[in-house]
Amino acid sequence: MRTGWPAASMVAVSLLQVVGVLVGGPLLVGLMRTVRCRLEGRAGPPVRQPLLDLRKLARRERTTSDETSWIFPLAPLVLVGSTVVVAAIAPLLATDPAYGWSADLFAVVFLLLLGSVALALGALDSGTAFGGMGASRAMTIGALSEPALLVVILALSVPAHSSNLPAIVTRSLAHPLWLATPERLLALVAFVIVIVAESGRLPVDNPSTHLELTMIHEAMVLEYSGTDLALIKLGESMRLAVLMALFADLFVPWGVASAPGPIHLVVGLATTVAKVAALGVGLAIFEVTVAKLRLFRVPELLAGAFALSVLAVLSALVVA
Amino acid sequence: MTSDLLVVTALIGLSSSAVGAMAPLRIRMHLSVALTIAACASGFVMAAEVLHTGRAAVVHTTALLPQSGLSMVLDRFGALFVAVSAVVGIGAMVFRLGYHGQGLSSRTASCILPLFVTTLLLVPAAANVTTFLFLWELMAVTSLLLVLVDHRRRSEVASAGQWYAVMTQFGAAALLVGLVLLATHTGSQSFAAIAARSTHLPAGVRDSAFVLVVVGFGSKAGMVPLHVWLPRAHPEAPGPVSALMSAAMVNLGIYGIVRVGDGLLGGGPAWWWLLVMALGALSALFGSLHSATSSDLKRLLAYSTTDNVGLMLLGVGASGLFASTGHRALALVALVATLLHVVFHAVFKGSLFLSASSLQQATGTRDLDRMGGLLRRVPLTGTIFLVGGLAMAAMPVLCGFVSEWLLLQAMLHGLPSSDPAIAVAMPIGVGALALTGGLTALTIVKAAGIGLLGQPRSTGAAEAHEVGPSMRLGAAILATLCLVFGVAPFLVVPSVVDAARSVTRARIPDPLVGGWQVGLAGVHGALAPGLLALALLIAVTLVAGARRMLQPTPARRTQAWGCGRDLQTATMEYTATSFGEPLTRVFEDVLRPAHDLDVSHAAESRYYVEAARFHTSLDDAFERHAYRPASVGLGRWGALARRVPNGSIHRYLAFGLVALIVVLVVVG
Repeated sequence: MRTGWPAASMVAVSLLQVVGVLVGGPLLVGLMRTVRCRLEGRAGPPVRQPLLDLRKLARRERTTSDETSWIFPLAPLVLVGSTVVVAAIAPLLATDPAYGWSADLFAVVFLLLLGSVALALGALDSGTAFGGMGASRAMTIGALSEPALLVVILALSVPAHSSNLPAIVTRSLAHPLWLATPERLLALVAFVIVIVAESGRLPVDNPSTHLELTMIHEAMVLEYSGTDLALIKLGESMRLAVLMALFADLFVPWGVASAPGPIHLVVGLATTVAKVAALGVGLAIFEVTVAKLRLFRVPELLAGAFALSVLAVLSALVVA
Repeated sequence: MTSDLLVVTALIGLSSSAVGAMAPLRIRMHLSVALTIAACASGFVMAAEVLHTGRAAVVHTTALLPQSGLSMVLDRFGALFVAVSAVVGIGAMVFRLGYHGQGLSSRTASCILPLFVTTLLLVPAAANVTTFLFLWELMAVTSLLLVLVDHRRRSEVASAGQWYAVMTQFGAAALLVGLVLLATHTGSQSFAAIAARSTHLPAGVRDSAFVLVVVGFGSKAGMVPLHVWLPRAHPEAPGPVSALMSAAMVNLGIYGIVRVGDGLLGGGPAWWWLLVMALGALSALFGSLHSATSSDLKRLLAYSTTDNVGLMLLGVGASGLFASTGHRALALVALVATLLHVVFHAVFKGSLFLSASSLQQATGTRDLDRMGGLLRRVPLTGTIFLVGGLAMAAMPVLCGFVSEWLLLQAMLHGLPSSDPAIAVAMPIGVGALALTGGLTALTIVKAAGIGLLGQPRSTGAAEAHEVGPSMRLGAAILATLCLVFGVAPFLVVPSVVDAARSVTRARIPDPLVGGWQVGLAGVHGALAPGLLALALLIAVTLVAGARRMLQPTPARRTQAWGCGRDLQTATMEYTATSFGEPLTRVFEDVLRPAHDLDVSHAAESRYYVEAARFHTSLDDAFERHAYRPASVGLGRWGALARRVPNGSIHRYLAFGLVALIVVLVVVG
C-alpha cells in the first residue's frame, strides 16, 4: 500500500511467516520443555518431541461425546485458523507482509480472543464438569487481562500515531532511543504478564498439570482426542509463538526486514527465530523459579499489570 | 415526498392501532401486524430518503396540539434513529406473527403495540418541545402498558411495571424541567430557535438544562444509577416488546442526549462530557459485571443493554470532550463510532432478545441453569442467538467489532493532545471499554455455552422443539444484518457520518476512509473487516481440509469421560451460576453476593450430614443501597403525612384558617 514492495514478495513473506509459526510453535514448546528439564536435572525429551506428538495424534481417531453439536469440531479449526490469519498479516519477519496495512494491533488482539472464545465454547459443548470448569476459569482470566492488554497497546500506539503494527515497528526502527523510555519499560512488564496469562503459563496456569483443582487450559481440552487434539495443541503452541514474536516486534524490533530482498528476509527470519527462542528460554527459566498462583490471586497480578499499563500511557504523554 | 411519507407513516401506524382495537379477533392480530410492518417500511423508506438526499421531512400543523401545534422536522440525524427503529420494528413484528403467550393477543395489547412502534418511528422527528414531550410520554405510557400485559397471571410483572413507571416518570419530569428551562430562556419552544439562541444563554441555565436532560434521557437509556427498571421490566415484558424496548427505545435516550447536548446547546464545557463519560464507564462496567454473573437469560440481556448504553455514553462523552477542546475531526469520529454502535447494538440486541424469547417458549424457562443442549434441538434459533451474542462480544467479522474498534481509535488519537482532562479520561475510558469487552465475551460464552451447548439440564430443555417459521424469520433478519454489517460496514458508515455531521453542524471533510476498509483519514493502517472475514474463511477451510486429509473417518460418538465412573449426567455439568462464580469472587466487594448455607445433621451424630441447601443471590447494589432505603423513607414520610388529615372536620377548618393567615401575611 505504501512502500515499494512487490506484491509477490509480500505474499511470500506472509507464507513464510505462517509456515514458520506452524513449525516454530511446537519447536518453541519443545525448547521450553527441554530447558525446564535441564534446570530440574532431568534429560527430557528431544526438542522436536511436540512435532512427533502432533504427528502421532493427527493419525488417531477423533471422538466426540454424545451430546456435542457442530461447535465442538469447529472450535479447533477456529483456534488454528485465527492464529494463522494473525501470523499472515502481522509483521513478524518483515515490516510489510501482505495486507500489513490491515494488521491493526486491536484487530490482532480480537482475533486471538476469537480463538479463546471458540475453545471455551468447544469445552462447554462436551457437557462435562471439566469443560465448564476450564472454560469458566479461562474466560475469567481472559476478561481480566483484557484491560491491561488494550491499554498497553494504547501506550505503544501513542508515539506512532497509529495502532497499525507495521507502523509501530517502522517507527521503533527509525527511533531506537524511544525503546528505552520509561513508558516502554512499564509497558514491557505489563505485556509480559499479559502474555503469561493469555498463553496459560506459570504462574497463572500450569500447562503440564492434570490436577482438577488447578488446571485451566487442560480442563478445557480433556474431551478432545486424535486429530482435533493435535489441532488444539498446534493452535496453542502457535499462539505462544505469535505472542512472543509480537513481543519481539514491539520491544526489540531490530532485524525485522524493512526493505524487500531475500537477504533482508533471511536476516529477518534468523533474528526473529533467535529472539523468540531467547524469550522462550527466558520464560522457561522464569517458570522454574516460580510456583503457580492460587486462582484467586491471579486477578491481583492482572490488576498490577493494568496499573503499570496506565502508568505507561501517562508517561508516554508526559514524554510526548 | 419525505414529508408525505412522514404523514403516511403516522397514519398507517395509527390505523394499525385502530385495527388492533376494533377488528374481529380472527383477523385482528394479522391485520394489525401487517399494517405495523407497513408503517415501519414506510418509515424506513422515508429515513433512507432523508439520509440519502439530506433534505429534511417537514410537517407542521396547528390542528392537533393546542398552543404550539404539532411540529415535525426529520433531519439526517433523526432519520438514522428512525431507520434503526424501523428495522427492529420489522424484525419484532415478523416475530410477533408466530409469538403466542404472555397476553400479547388481548385487545388492549393489539391496540397498544402498533402505537408503541409508531412512537418509536416518530419521536426522532419531533421539532419542538411540546411535540417531543407528547410523543415521548406516549412512548413511555404505551411501553409501560405493554410491560404490564401479563400482570394478571404473574405478580412479578406488576412490580416490574411499578419500577418502570416510577423511573420513566422521574426521567420525564427531569426532561420536562430541562427542556422548558431552555424554551423559556430562549423565548421559543421550537428546536431550531433554541439551537440558534442557546449559545447566548447564561452558563447556569445551560448547565442545569444539560444535567437535567442527561438525567431524563439517561433513565430511559438505562444509564447507571437510573438503570434499575431495566433488569426488571425487560424479563417480564413479552418477547417482541422487550426486543423493541432494548434495541430501539433505549437508543432514543442516546438520541436525546446528543440532540440536546450537541444540537440544541451546540456543545459545552469539558466537565459536561467528563460527567457523561464517567456515567458511561460506570454503566458499562456495572452492566457487564451484572450480566456476566446473572443466570436469568433475559435479565442478563437487560444488564448487557446497560453495558452497551454505557459504551455509547463513553463515545458521546469522548466526542463532546474532543469538541470542547477543539478537536473537531476526532469529535466527529467518536460520534460516528457511537452512532454505529447504536445501529449495531440494535441489530444484535434485537436478534438476541427475539431468539431468547424463542428459547424461553421452546423450553418453558428463561433460567440458564435449566437449559442446555439447545443448539441440537433448536438449531436455527440457537445459531441466531450465537451470532447475536458473538456480535455483542465484538468478535471479528461481526458488527460489534467495527464500532468498538472505531471507538478505540477515536480515544487513541485523542491522546496526544496536551489537554490534561483528555490525558486522564482516555486511558481510563479504554480500560473500562476493555474490561467491558472481556466481560461481555465471558457473558456470551456463558449464555451460549451453558444455554445452548452440552447436555440438557431439565426435561423442558430435553424436549424443546424449534419455534414457528415467522419467529425464526423475524430473529434471522436481524442476525443476518449482524453478519452483513460486520463484513461490509460501508453499507451504513457513510449514512452514519452524514447523520453525525448534521447534528454537530461541523463543516469538516469526512474523517474516515471509505470503501471496504474502515479507518481514519491521514492515519496509516485501517481495519478491513471484509478482508479479515475472507482470510478467516480461507484459513478455517484449509485447516478443515487438512484435518479431513489426515483423518478421513468422521468422529466417533461415544460417552464423555466420567472420571472412571459410568455416569455422566447433566447434574455434573457446570451451570451458569457456577460459571460466573470465579468472577463473583473476584468482584466480591462490588457485587456482595448473599450466601445462605443450611445444613441439617443426622439424628444419630452431628458428623453425618443429612441434607444441605445452599442458596446464593446477587442483588443490584444501587437497588439495595439507594432505591430501597429511598422507597422505605418515602413510605415513612407518607405514613407520617397520612396522620395529619385524620378525617376530623375541625382540623380541616383549622388548616384553612392557618393557610388564610399565612397568605394574608405573605401578601400583605
